[in-house]
Amino acid sequence: MSERQSGSPFAADQEVDCRGMRCPLPIIRLANQIGEVLLGQSLAVVAEDPAARPDVAAWCRMRGHEYVGEDTAPDGVPRYVVRRLV
Amino acid sequence: MNVVVDYVGNGVPGSATPGDQPQSGPGRNVGYFDSASAEPLHPAARDSLLAALDSGFADPLGLHRPGRNARLLLDNAREVVAACLNARPDEVVFATSGAAAVHAGVLGLLAGRARISTRLVHSAVEHSSVIQAGAWFARSFAGSTDVVPVDAWGRVSPDAVAAALQSPAGLLAVQSANGEVGTIQPIPSVLEVSGEVPLFVDFAATAGRLELPPGWSAAAAGAHQWGGPAGVGVLLVRKGSRWRPPFPADDRADPRTSGFENVPAILAAAAGLQAAVAEREERNARQRRLVERIRDRVAATVPDVEVFGDPVDRLPHLLSFSCLYVDGEALVGELDRLGFAVASGSACTASTVTPSHVLEAMGALTHGNVRVSLTRDTTVEEVDRFLDVLPGTVARLRERAGVR
Repeated sequence: MSERQSGSPFAADQEVDCRGMRCPLPIIRLANQIGEVLLGQSLAVVAEDPAARPDVAAWCRMRGHEYVGEDTAPDGVPRYVVRRLV
Repeated sequence: MNVVVDYVGNGVPGSATPGDQPQSGPGRNVGYFDSASAEPLHPAARDSLLAALDSGFADPLGLHRPGRNARLLLDNAREVVAACLNARPDEVVFATSGAAAVHAGVLGLLAGRARISTRLVHSAVEHSSVIQAGAWFARSFAGSTDVVPVDAWGRVSPDAVAAALQSPAGLLAVQSANGEVGTIQPIPSVLEVSGEVPLFVDFAATAGRLELPPGWSAAAAGAHQWGGPAGVGVLLVRKGSRWRPPFPADDRADPRTSGFENVPAILAAAAGLQAAVAEREERNARQRRLVERIRDRVAATVPDVEVFGDPVDRLPHLLSFSCLYVDGEALVGELDRLGFAVASGSACTASTVTPSHVLEAMGALTHGNVRVSLTRDTTVEEVDRFLDVLPGTVARLRERAGVR
């Protein structure tokens, strides 16, 4: 079950900065970057694009990863955390 | 300057004159798959429109022969529409668009029960005209709105409706089917739990295609989705339901609508609906086979794709899917360049940065979305040509976007 929290309570092993990008670029960046973390490690996507919220979760479902939850980066931009499972 | 009637060589099915067959290439349609936005005018609607332009121009309230003639055409249209929708003629109101009919239906029912409650409960996947009418009412009359969630197919659960109706409500709004993903809503089950709360049904997606389920207090649709002309909406207000005029009164005969009736367009809308209903069994069966073909081929030939909506209990003519890593606007543009007209619910299209609230409510992938909706004369050849070019088009866009 994913959660939404303010601040950055979700630890992430790596972060992808997608500020200023529009859909589907944040998801493409996420997909290209996921191989850079080990199985079981997590990757955070920081993006203002409102489509990133549903699409990061949908990407996890389609590609077999875990959607951990949403919090915010220090500058207030939403941050979506994913755990690599495959 | 002359009035221009055709900018790019119209290849919309049904409108091409003999000897002017659509060709491929920019501006030429080899497949028009956007009937959920606008179905080409049905030939029966076209004939009625052309005839009534000359015979139905006068004021139907006029106390003279041309006025009486317009009145007869209007009454005839009302009776035809009533018969097609299992309603009484005096329950049928013509509005200037589907959205105007929705606004009058939603707001009139809310006004009628405002002393009991000003709270609107609606499904998360209602058309924006329903949602915006509710938001406007809430702002204007200190009302409130509550949203009932849907499942991954976009279907509202009667249990969730029942939970939302634990608190007093002025109105419940649930569509007959969703026009973006095709899922049919369980109106009969919703009615089992809605009790005294009146039900508004937006039936734009099913009008002329599927029976309108009974039990509505008001219902609304627009004619352009069933093959009538644009600019005609139908509002049904159930006799005996508490509906109050939400807009300034008009001196014309019917308090449920306002303005001078467009009699030729209304007659054409009625003729189009009658024809669509008469043909629907055959057309629905044919369209279901084509949609099934699209569903199978898209799932088999396009990697990383999500096909939406209930696979069985769905609209016959429409299918929506999203392609991972693809920009929806670019995909619509590429397909248009190849001669195919489709719609998209993705953000970055339709001049909005927010994705479709329908796809978001379903938890679906919102980018790379395509909605294919077939017209009454879409052929298997048109569908196959589309299915032939789709996988390559998606692959090209992914490569261009730097997907590894």
